[in-house]
Amino acid sequence: MSSICFYFQVHQPRRIKKFRYSDIGKKIDYFDDEGINAQTLNKVSSKAYLPTNALMLELLHRHPELKVAYSFSGVVLEQFEKYAPRVLESFVALIDTGRVEILSETYYHSLSFLGSKQEFDEQVALHKKKVESIFGQTPKVFRNTELIYNNDLAIHLERLGYKGVLAEGADHVLGWRSPAFLYTPPGGKIRLLLKNYRLSDDIAFRFSEKSWNDYPLTAEKFANWVNQINGGGEIVNLFMDYETFGEHQWEDSGIFKFMDKLPEEILKHPDNDFVTPSEAIERYTPKGSLDVPNYISWADTERDLSAWLSNAMQRDAMNKLYSLRDDVLSANDEDLIQAWRNLTTSDHFYYMCTKWFADGDVHKYFNPYDSPYDAFRYFMNVLSDINLKLKK
Amino acid sequence: MFGWEYPPHNSGGLGVACQGLARALVDKGVDLTFVLPKKADFGAENFKMIFASLPNIKVYAVNSFLMPYMTEETYKVIRKKQKSRVYANDLFSEVERYGLAAAKIARKIRGDVIHAHDWLSFGAGLAAQKTIKSPLVSHVHATEVDRTAGHPNELIYKKEYEGTNGADKVIAVSQFTKNTLIQNYGLSDSKIDVVYNGIDATCYQLDASIPAGLKAYKKKGYKIVLFVGRITIMKGPDYFINAANIVLKHHPKTLFVVAGSGDMEGRLMEQASEFGISDKVIFTGFLRGRELSEVFEAADLFVMPSVSEPFGLTPLESLLHDTPVLISKQSGVSEVLHHALKTDFWDVEDMADKILSVITYPSMRRELAKNGHHEAMLASWEAAAEKCIRIYSQL
Repeated sequence: MSSICFYFQVHQPRRIKKFRYSDIGKKIDYFDDEGINAQTLNKVSSKAYLPTNALMLELLHRHPELKVAYSFSGVVLEQFEKYAPRVLESFVALIDTGRVEILSETYYHSLSFLGSKQEFDEQVALHKKKVESIFGQTPKVFRNTELIYNNDLAIHLERLGYKGVLAEGADHVLGWRSPAFLYTPPGGKIRLLLKNYRLSDDIAFRFSEKSWNDYPLTAEKFANWVNQINGGGEIVNLFMDYETFGEHQWEDSGIFKFMDKLPEEILKHPDNDFVTPSEAIERYTPKGSLDVPNYISWADTERDLSAWLSNAMQRDAMNKLYSLRDDVLSANDEDLIQAWRNLTTSDHFYYMCTKWFADGDVHKYFNPYDSPYDAFRYFMNVLSDINLKLKK
Repeated sequence: MFGWEYPPHNSGGLGVACQGLARALVDKGVDLTFVLPKKADFGAENFKMIFASLPNIKVYAVNSFLMPYMTEETYKVIRKKQKSRVYANDLFSEVERYGLAAAKIARKIRGDVIHAHDWLSFGAGLAAQKTIKSPLVSHVHATEVDRTAGHPNELIYKKEYEGTNGADKVIAVSQFTKNTLIQNYGLSDSKIDVVYNGIDATCYQLDASIPAGLKAYKKKGYKIVLFVGRITIMKGPDYFINAANIVLKHHPKTLFVVAGSGDMEGRLMEQASEFGISDKVIFTGFLRGRELSEVFEAADLFVMPSVSEPFGLTPLESLLHDTPVLISKQSGVSEVLHHALKTDFWDVEDMADKILSVITYPSMRRELAKNGHHEAMLASWEAAAEKCIRIYSQL
């Protein structure tokens, strides 16, 4: 039996505006909401979210066996409410089919597990509340920002009452083992679902890569690869950004046609079916414990924390940010708390990454600023402004 | 290969670039003869140097005709007078004589390729091309359009026009310069190849210590922001002073060091007094060698606010000393440096903002310095020589 478990991540940060040093202390807004944030949300909505949701709804109707999972950051949900209510409605329609599971995460798509466990707990609780109020569903399975994971996180989540957690099926932690089974952390019972990164990235990254041996990827070919796991595994975890459909892979790449055919092709094999993460946890037994003492993630080829915390600026920004937490929370200013929490979003740190900057890679593509240095200084200027407000 | 100046008898970047390229070409097996207008005492090189033995050649600044306290307004007035007087009489006759001597030298050397650097040597290059019928490569390190911020001396412009249009191939030190050549010299895109300059780290004293005076300022908590270059309109020193004025309003403990000399020096001092920041702006005069290394070592940030910079070696020099750089987008070097802050030379608010960021956030300074140093080390003459050899073989 092979159960396909789809999980799609939906997130857009609130990007910081080009906040100059001379803007400090001038009571200027930090986020470029009406500018780049609303523009990006509208662009991604029309290119990706709306057409993909329409397709998903149709697929859920066409194939009663189909099930999927989503995770939404609280930040993107807020932005949908404000700038794209239609998109939010289309997600609600998907969830109302009863075959869509929503996962838990930090409200601000943050690195708070690394910065402050208390902050992490609060952001998880805030997120839960938001998901319940919009979708009427209480998440049971957790996925941390960018699949950042280690043993400590698993044990922490188990104490918070979660049944499962998602992680990258990184070779260097799996070794000879397969990502096609459930695992538990050392000394814990919480279930680990590991991303099949080869098959996931075939769709998310390689789909339109013309130099790839398997280009063009068809639903039939992909279903064949899934079938090969039959007998050698139980679950195929296909985890990816939802923006894969229409934004990372454009419509003219054929990504929508591929997805349109995929469930049908997968279901042609009688042993295949679809599960949500919670169903996978109920159905399958863990095949042992997986020791992950060091952090892993799904980012870059390193699959570690280096996308967010590998240079002096990133570490400095992280330390300075979290050192303000107690003062911000005790200032009793809801706007200030929200502003500070929006700064915890991982994307701000990603924009500061200098790895491969000179090569013009994926970091540059997603960076709204001219350089990682600009990303850093606008962030720090905002932080200085918050600091100034605290002193007053 | 025809040049005009050569270290240590050089006034600027041209001599340094010629040396770096010539050495790297020889290392790659090119049988090179370097021709200079006048014999002087140069260090040992493993290629042949020939001197045209012209009398009365001096090391000079290319735009030495510009006068002190020059502003853009007075410049136009002076240029009109210059035309009737024929600017720099002796310099032009030197260039002519160099051409005559070059023809004789070419007959003896008979190179397969003639490679000439900038307008002062273009005449020599063209004469050699005519004499021995070998292809001429004209290498453009700077144009009169850049040097004068768009108000070229007609005679120099003409030499450059002839030297590039008469060449079989033109090398530009950047895409920025290539664009200038296409727009202002009527050259076609396909005639020009870009070969970026390199830097030879072994030429610098990277162990220099910080001068006592600047050390004392640093001890008092001052941050040091450095300008290095000729104090002329092309280098944008006035924008530097304007930015300094803004920075000092937010961060009074900042010292601005201007290392160089030139026709705008007096005007710049006046400007600083007008702003009331004279005590925070230090003019060191022209520095070279260890003295220059010392100010690079002392600086928290190097700024190159050039109005028009065909390449710009100084940011690479600064990075070799682990001092991060803020450079004008109107420069060739910004095409090879990613780990640098960049600004439009005229946007002094942005320039000031970026200076403030570096002096306020040490982790950003560290990161810029570390990555920039790495990038500067990658800018090698070896790569430039390889590209030149490819060009030679296609002629």
